[in-house]
Amino acid sequence: MSSFRRRGSRSDRSPDGAKREPGSAYPRMGFPRIALRSMRATGMLLTLASSAMAQERHPPGYFGYGAAPTPAQIAGWAIAVRPDGRGLPPGRGNVDHGADVYAAQCAACHGTFGEGEARYPKLTGGSLKGDRPEPTVGTYWPYATTLFDYINRAMPFPAPHQLSPDDVYAITAYVLNVNNIVDNNFVADRDSLPKVKMPNRDMFIWQDPRPDTTAKECMTNCVDPKSVRIDSTAEGKDLTPRTTGPLDEMKPK
Amino acid sequence: MARPADFAQRRKLLKLGAALASGAVVGPRLVRAEDASPPKDGPWSQMLGPGVVDRPYGQPSQFVKDVIRRNVPWLTASPESSVSFTPLQDQPGIITANGLFFERYHGGRASVDPAQHRLMIHGMVERPLLLTMDDIRRFPSVSRIHFIECPANGGMEWRAAQLNSLQFTHGMVSCAEWTGVKLSTLLDEVGLKKEAKWALVEGADAAHMDRSLPLEKCLDDCLVAYGQNGEALRPEQGFPLRLIVPGWQGNVNIKWLRRIEIGDQPWFTREETSKYTELMPDLRSRGFTWLIYAKSVVTFPCPEKPLKGPGIYEVRGFAWSGKGRISHVDVSYDGGVNWARAQLQEPVLPKALTRFTHEWRWDGKPALVQSRAVDETGFVQPTISELRAVRGVNAIYNNNSIQTWQVKADGSVFDVQLS
Repeated sequence: MSSFRRRGSRSDRSPDGAKREPGSAYPRMGFPRIALRSMRATGMLLTLASSAMAQERHPPGYFGYGAAPTPAQIAGWAIAVRPDGRGLPPGRGNVDHGADVYAAQCAACHGTFGEGEARYPKLTGGSLKGDRPEPTVGTYWPYATTLFDYINRAMPFPAPHQLSPDDVYAITAYVLNVNNIVDNNFVADRDSLPKVKMPNRDMFIWQDPRPDTTAKECMTNCVDPKSVRIDSTAEGKDLTPRTTGPLDEMKPK
Repeated sequence: MARPADFAQRRKLLKLGAALASGAVVGPRLVRAEDASPPKDGPWSQMLGPGVVDRPYGQPSQFVKDVIRRNVPWLTASPESSVSFTPLQDQPGIITANGLFFERYHGGRASVDPAQHRLMIHGMVERPLLLTMDDIRRFPSVSRIHFIECPANGGMEWRAAQLNSLQFTHGMVSCAEWTGVKLSTLLDEVGLKKEAKWALVEGADAAHMDRSLPLEKCLDDCLVAYGQNGEALRPEQGFPLRLIVPGWQGNVNIKWLRRIEIGDQPWFTREETSKYTELMPDLRSRGFTWLIYAKSVVTFPCPEKPLKGPGIYEVRGFAWSGKGRISHVDVSYDGGVNWARAQLQEPVLPKALTRFTHEWRWDGKPALVQSRAVDETGFVQPTISELRAVRGVNAIYNNNSIQTWQVKADGSVFDVQLS
């Protein structure tokens, strides 16, 4: 973490990036380098750039601003993990160690076994069926890799992104275990997590099916006036904070 | 502020202004009690006001106290991962004041030092880049007016009318002028590799908030913005840098933007799997439902702004669509039996709040006031019953249904749903 922070706050301009000439590196895209040179010579480039700036497409490196990040800088910030495991760091963690780290770092909000405290998210149990579905890690999350990614980037809530990869792997193993998705001997690492089949994985539709309503434009006598009746009202429900005066804490009176 | 309580008085003043402008004699009708103004001066007319830079950064009138962002305390576990609502009932035009723009945080409001902020673009690109804020401001810039709406706007209303307030039923939408660099300019600068299809966009906040976006959208009209309504982004809106994804749900407009990774498939982040997906009655869930479909709401009258007796009122509202311009808006006063065409007020911009008005002579009888937006693709805003018939009541997100305001004979207004 400390080295990550140091890198993130450094200016770090690479001489290469700062000195790169417009269009110099990638002659195969857009304007060939030689054309750019002659356009500059004739002043054409200035005209092009000023008249059609908003729409103009430019070859890579055309502006030449900024620096090339070092591999270490990229590695420090590139924390996103994909379902195929791409992005998972080296390291490993088992269920037992996960139980310890979870008890120290997670249980206060999520409950000892993921049952949730106060209104903080439940991680286990529940069902998607019925009147009040409970989308938990076990009932809802499609990918175990996302669990590692999210714990790593955003947890623990008050002090995020400070756990070691081994601890994040261990918590991931524990949360999967208390959801009965992996057994007690499971070890989470970059090879095992992509192979975990989450119970709800195949229940997602990743293509937006909308528009899924077919309302028509009608202007007169669109519905039978007798059928127009109030189904529900917010009046008297006592759920609405006031919208005048100071902020409404809605504390019980 | 257009408080209906002042409506009659405002009409009188407007008439007075018109009469004065035309040189007409002002009738005695306007003169009231002797201590009233006019004819008496108010205290502000008989003393000097504070001088310039008394307030180096301005603020609303001391008499405008109620127009603030508000939250629903019972809605979320903590205010750091929560939402506040824009007071649309007091927003006169299409632009939301920066101090009133709705907030949605996943890990609190980050306080980012712009001198230390970096935007990194890497992955399937020819030349990865690390940009300072100065670097980013050097690129060609554009300004665009766009709304941002959280897809959970109206999410509490799927089962029934719950919140008796325009601010809380619809206040998770706001609109601003954004200035920045087209994302396509930056992606051209790094050079996308042939296999590139997706971008992961990520913030510098405590949530390291991240979403996957298809490159077609990134190259179409996305902005990397640093300006908002004539000033730098507010911290609440991602200072110093945020993504604007016009017409798409709020959470993909990543705030405190610090990283863009280019890849060939989506990442399936927590915010696009466990959240911002919609559970359907068949227990399947919809994901990547980014687009905001056409929606509208009457902002006057509304529960916060009741009517004051029978007479002529200008009914007002906002319409918006993530697909482009609003084509037209119709209003109904009888719960959708009959509709009348509202007037759109300029400017009518794509993927921006659009104002509509309609003159209504209220006879003092109970009414059911609705608005129905149609966008330039011909999409017609549905009723809540139509949405429920397809999506059930547990979808949480993307409720773009027609709002019904019940106006009672005494002029009070309530959030209701019709069968």
